[in-house]
Amino acid sequence: MSETKIIDARNTFCPGPLMELITYIRQADIGDSLELLSTDDGTANDVPEWIEKVGHEMIDSEKVEGVWHITVRKTK
Amino acid sequence: MSDGIFIICTSGTREKLQMAAMIAAVGAASGSAVSVFFSMNALQYFIKDGGTDAPVEGEFGSLMANNEGVPRFKDLFLQAAELGDAALLPCSMAMDLMEVSESDLDAEFGAPTGLTRFLSDAEGGQLYTF
Repeated sequence: MSETKIIDARNTFCPGPLMELITYIRQADIGDSLELLSTDDGTANDVPEWIEKVGHEMIDSEKVEGVWHITVRKTK
Repeated sequence: MSDGIFIICTSGTREKLQMAAMIAAVGAASGSAVSVFFSMNALQYFIKDGGTDAPVEGEFGSLMANNEGVPRFKDLFLQAAELGDAALLPCSMAMDLMEVSESDLDAEFGAPTGLTRFLSDAEGGQLYTF
């Protein structure tokens, strides 16, 4: 089981966190999980939208003490 | 006919370039075919070793300029090209007037393009102007 890669995009604004996630997901292997940390509330909507459009998998999304933790899995 | 995203940038102000760059980056990264045509005051920022300190139109531009967490418009355009194969196209007329050649522009830029060709390619697609 592969470990989850943490992508710290806190204190950056749209579309910075999404572009960070895209950069890392391109480098990841199929099946890898990535957890995006973001303080930008719009990211919580944008990432699931992008994941659905391109066909990866949403694992989890929750806000903890002002920081979104959005976990996705690369599926292709 | 095309179903892609076509963006015409003519303004040299920070707000307009930022919005255009956001559309280019997110659209390209989401799998859309994106083409951006740079002319007038927008092209100057993509000359190698040129400045990227675009003037602001209003308060929001100042907010963006003074916050390091806002992605720079130039980086977003280049990400659109690198991550999503967006075509960054310099206007041939603007290049002639500015007396710059293709080699003077950032490497991610494509060949000088005429407006007629760009509009022909854009037919049927989503066209945004800034």
